[in-house]
Amino acid sequence: MIELQNVAMSYGGGDLFSEISLKLAPGSFHFLTGPSGAGKTTLLKLCYAELMPSAGHVSFMGRDVRTMGRDDIAALRGRIGVVHQDCQFLDHLSVAENVALPLTVARRPLDARELMELLGWVGLKAQADALPPQLSGGERQRAALARAVIMSPDVLLADEPTGNLDWDMSLRLLTLLVELNRMGKTVLIATHDLNLIRAAKQQVSARVLRIANRRLQLAGADL
Amino acid sequence: MRAVLALIRADGRGVDRVVPPTGHTAWLTVLSAAAMAFLAVFALALALATGRLADRWSDALARSATIRISAPVDQMPTQTRAVLEVLATTPGIADYRALDEDEMRALLDPWFGPDLPVETLPLPQLIALTETAEGVDGEGLRLRLAAEAPGAVLDDHTRWRRPLVSAAERLRFLGLISLVLIGGATAGMITLAAQAALAANGQVIRVLRLVGARDSYIARAFVRRFTLRGLSGAALGTVLGMIAVALLPEADAAGGFLTGLGFEGAGWLWPMMIPPMAAAVAFAATRAAALRMLRGIR
Ligand SMILES: Nc1ncnc2c1ncn2[C@@H]1O[C@H](COP(=O)(O)OP(=O)(O)OP(=O)(O)O)[C@@H](O)[C@H]1O
Ligand SMILES: [Mg+2]
Repeated sequence: MIELQNVAMSYGGGDLFSEISLKLAPGSFHFLTGPSGAGKTTLLKLCYAELMPSAGHVSFMGRDVRTMGRDDIAALRGRIGVVHQDCQFLDHLSVAENVALPLTVARRPLDARELMELLGWVGLKAQADALPPQLSGGERQRAALARAVIMSPDVLLADEPTGNLDWDMSLRLLTLLVELNRMGKTVLIATHDLNLIRAAKQQVSARVLRIANRRLQLAGADL
Repeated sequence: MRAVLALIRADGRGVDRVVPPTGHTAWLTVLSAAAMAFLAVFALALALATGRLADRWSDALARSATIRISAPVDQMPTQTRAVLEVLATTPGIADYRALDEDEMRALLDPWFGPDLPVETLPLPQLIALTETAEGVDGEGLRLRLAAEAPGAVLDDHTRWRRPLVSAAERLRFLGLISLVLIGGATAGMITLAAQAALAANGQVIRVLRLVGARDSYIARAFVRRFTLRGLSGAALGTVLGMIAVALLPEADAAGGFLTGLGFEGAGWLWPMMIPPMAAAVAFAATRAAALRMLRGIR
């Protein structure tokens, strides 16, 4: 689905990382770990074309994102669900409207029952009509996850989706992600939470990637 | 134009919802558009009225001239005949004829009353002539008249007509320039207002982009608003301007230069063009501003 070839990235100074090659095969499940500031969020942003690599190629379904026009990138984002680390919403719309936003901007019909079912899954049924600023940090993350999956995207990229959640809720969301993976979706989760990775490994065959010393490595079975 | 209409027809509710309302500055755009349209109505009225004036003067007057023969009574018939012979052989003259006593009396009536004994006065003989579209060579005609009839003077009105026509034409030009300037100022004003709205919604636009909204979708939310504001404001200003023009004092025949600053007949349709034009300007200005800003967001 998404392929990185020899990618390097710098924000102006030296390279944050370089020579990164990665292939997210359809239906695969990956974790991305690494110390804070190693570039996990940056790597995800490269995957959904919010950033362009300073060297190398990023391609989506065989197409180099550099050759894509702005409308192509918009279409690409309709097929990649993203849970951003800083979970941004439209503060004047209700939680339900925010979760349905990808459908709205794609002019796709909205099934209100499915929307409520999804909100139930992430435990936000009661907050459906609340405004995003009224949500707690964990509630925002759950709303962001709901928004990421409502389009039934081919790929799901999640940046610290359980950072602010208690263990039970984390497991619940993990189950949702695993379910989606079983339906054939490609999943990539950036996280510090080793317990989460261990829990996931009992349910799916997940590969764990690690950014360290400016390189991407496959983490061993030491987890 | 079609894009503007499609925009207004389309149900913009979904699009409108995703961008928060701009609040209290919205009416400022409407007000400015109304003021601009009001001014545009007057500039248009000026351009049309002076255009009519210039046409009328250069058209009606340019084609006519008079020859005045002042001579002792006994020479009058000879000189008149000589002048008529000259005119008969001068190219560029469509029609000519000597005014008879009744016509002279009619001309003098307003000044001296009906009882004037015209026949006893040493009045000059007047010959009215109409030029063809090509016109007559005034200097050549003057020379021939001087040779054949020393008492004949050609008055082709150009002396006083030309500056009036060029003044009217310049006024029309100023009216048109004003229209262009008003259009430009409207575009500038809407661009500034749209840029302010876009800047205030930078966060909203980034989120929309991240969830997969196309540029045209995001731009539409802003374009729709400002087009409607430009349209409604201009409609208001145009209606007020047209009422004001209609209430101008009635033009009367003796009113001279300033009469007829207004619209005549089908001319009333011209100001109706102002609201759609304002909408088109708002559409283009907002769209350009929105797409320019979106280029800076991935
Ligand atoms: N827009 C930016 N401009 C300049 N530097 C940036 C920018 N975004 C991130 N960085 C820098 O790049 C580095 C990696 O940032 P990134 O957010 O990818 O880290 P991360 O691995 O996600 O960290 P965390 O685990 O804390 O979320 C950091 O040192 C950060 O300061
Ligand atoms: Mg991060």
